[in-house]
Amino acid sequence: MTTIAPAPSRDTSPDAPATEQQRLARTRAVVVVLAVLVAAACTAYLLYDVRGSWSYAMDLRTRQLAALLITGAAVGASSLVFQTVAGSRILTPSVMGFDALYMLIQTVIVYTLGSAAFLALTPGQHFLIDALLLTVFGWLLFTWLFRRSSRNLLMLVLVGVVLGSFFASLTSLSSRLLSPDDFLTLQDVMFASFSTADPELLWTAGAVTVLGIAALVPLGRRLDVVALGHDPAVTLGVSFHRTVRITLAVTTLLVAAATALVGPMLFLGLVVANLARQLVPTHRHAVLLPVSILVGVLTCVAGQLVVVHVFDLTTTLSVVVNLVGGLYFLRLLMRTVLL
Amino acid sequence: MITIDRVTHRYGSTTVLDDVSLELPAGRVTSVIGPNGAGKSTLFSVVSRLLRPSAGRVTVDGLDVTSARDTEVARRLAVLRQDNQVAARLTVLDLVRFGRFPHSGGRLTPECHAKVEEALAWLKLDPLRDRYLDQLSGGQRQRAFIAMVLAQDTDYLLLDEPLNNLDMKHSAAMMSLVRRAVDELGKTAVVVMHDINFASAYSDHIVAMRDGAVVAAGTPAQIMRREVLQDVFDMDIHVQDLNGMRLGIFWTPGAPVPPPSAVDLRDLLAGAAEDLPQRPAQEGEPHTPTQTQTPSPDTVTVGDAR
Repeated sequence: MTTIAPAPSRDTSPDAPATEQQRLARTRAVVVVLAVLVAAACTAYLLYDVRGSWSYAMDLRTRQLAALLITGAAVGASSLVFQTVAGSRILTPSVMGFDALYMLIQTVIVYTLGSAAFLALTPGQHFLIDALLLTVFGWLLFTWLFRRSSRNLLMLVLVGVVLGSFFASLTSLSSRLLSPDDFLTLQDVMFASFSTADPELLWTAGAVTVLGIAALVPLGRRLDVVALGHDPAVTLGVSFHRTVRITLAVTTLLVAAATALVGPMLFLGLVVANLARQLVPTHRHAVLLPVSILVGVLTCVAGQLVVVHVFDLTTTLSVVVNLVGGLYFLRLLMRTVLL
Repeated sequence: MITIDRVTHRYGSTTVLDDVSLELPAGRVTSVIGPNGAGKSTLFSVVSRLLRPSAGRVTVDGLDVTSARDTEVARRLAVLRQDNQVAARLTVLDLVRFGRFPHSGGRLTPECHAKVEEALAWLKLDPLRDRYLDQLSGGQRQRAFIAMVLAQDTDYLLLDEPLNNLDMKHSAAMMSLVRRAVDELGKTAVVVMHDINFASAYSDHIVAMRDGAVVAAGTPAQIMRREVLQDVFDMDIHVQDLNGMRLGIFWTPGAPVPPPSAVDLRDLLAGAAEDLPQRPAQEGEPHTPTQTQTPSPDTVTVGDAR
């Protein structure tokens, strides 16, 4: 960055807008503080209040922490870029019916295979089936949505809500057809859980997440332009639809990996991506993406810390996130007169 | 030169552009005028590559805009649309820097910074550089977008109804800017607009469209004629000569208008000022004459164009 000598006419009154240098300094400070907080939360998660066998605790906690890191990073990154291509801060994959789709897939699997066969699936197989189905259907859903309404925001929100309710009704219909045993099995997978994660799964989901985020990095500058909207992006020489398609594919993969690993986390992405946008005064994805990942990881790890040590596991992270996130979503809706 | 070659566009069975062929000269201000639904904005979208036509092609200095690479076209053509709502929260500086994207892909070079500073200075936006766009007035925001378009450093500027939502003072300032960009910076500007008098006063070349086709194209003197305007707008518009500038007086239909040659413009305007209040406002009347809003013809805004 070359520095530009301030012009004499610059506004120097106390309520003058922050200069570029001031905004850069603030961005750096936010990133450093977030990184420190994430490191502290991870250390605390591993070391705080260890009782009994040290090696057992370490093994279990490392796996839980890995699941939290993967979820936080995948949800943080995917929600942020999804908002950009959707052109709205209230749209995330979950809001657009992705979680409802996950539930529906689970229900249909239990319904068609029966809970015995469902439980007999190894975690690896389970993950593979979920991730595959979610990726395929999610991608079809999003590309269809974006082609049909091409960024007509009101339309997108409405279709998202309708699809969400549609999937939820289908889920509730087919769960009524289940035997009580099958229904209990289903209930288990309907809430995100970080307590036990299969190491093999962690490696797979972790690899998908790292690859997905790595694929988003070179898109950053183009996403900056896509955030301006279709017409400005095209006239600035960015192939809008191509960028949106690639981004949606990566996003679907990321959310599918995270959801298949721990279960649905409805409002997590919404809270995380919006917090990231509020924290740093920039539109650049080169900054927003890492900040959103850090915020996602921090929310997951710190949230789980609170759930484990304050609430003694009487509740789950997804319940807490959905409660806080739901309220936040309402506030966003209330504040944004124009969707 | 922008060459539009047999461009046709249809929405379903409705033809909005019907076999349009045009040449827009380089180094000039070209205005595209015509009534609502004439196909001006569709033609604009086709030329600026926002819309793929059903048939035909558009070349800019020999470069086919539909098949050329995206950045290639963006280095030659800069586009300003009438709807400038941006969802992202940007400062003026952020916005103007976007203009450099076709050249740098977002990685700003020293040359980019120089161009950005030039554009900011040219539009006197330096005091506002760190302001967010949502903190600016409509006129200031429009200027910020023009600065972005200028920072793009293209030979061609396409402006879609830049006078919409601007008052007369800002409209005149806007058109003077376009004029300066062409005269001082050697750009080529194509402006879609509604006001025939602004078109007459500020452009070198006027294209008049109606029902998806070009009705007439030529110098303001060739287009600003009663019979041509009658043909384009389906309205009796009297044309007055004011110091060599041709201005159309559009009247409420049926109003008693003296034969144009017999009156001085001043009398006409004085008469208009007296007449208008008694006459009930006509539904669907698209324009009020620019002149009736300024009391004396000496201060007519379009008069100080060149």
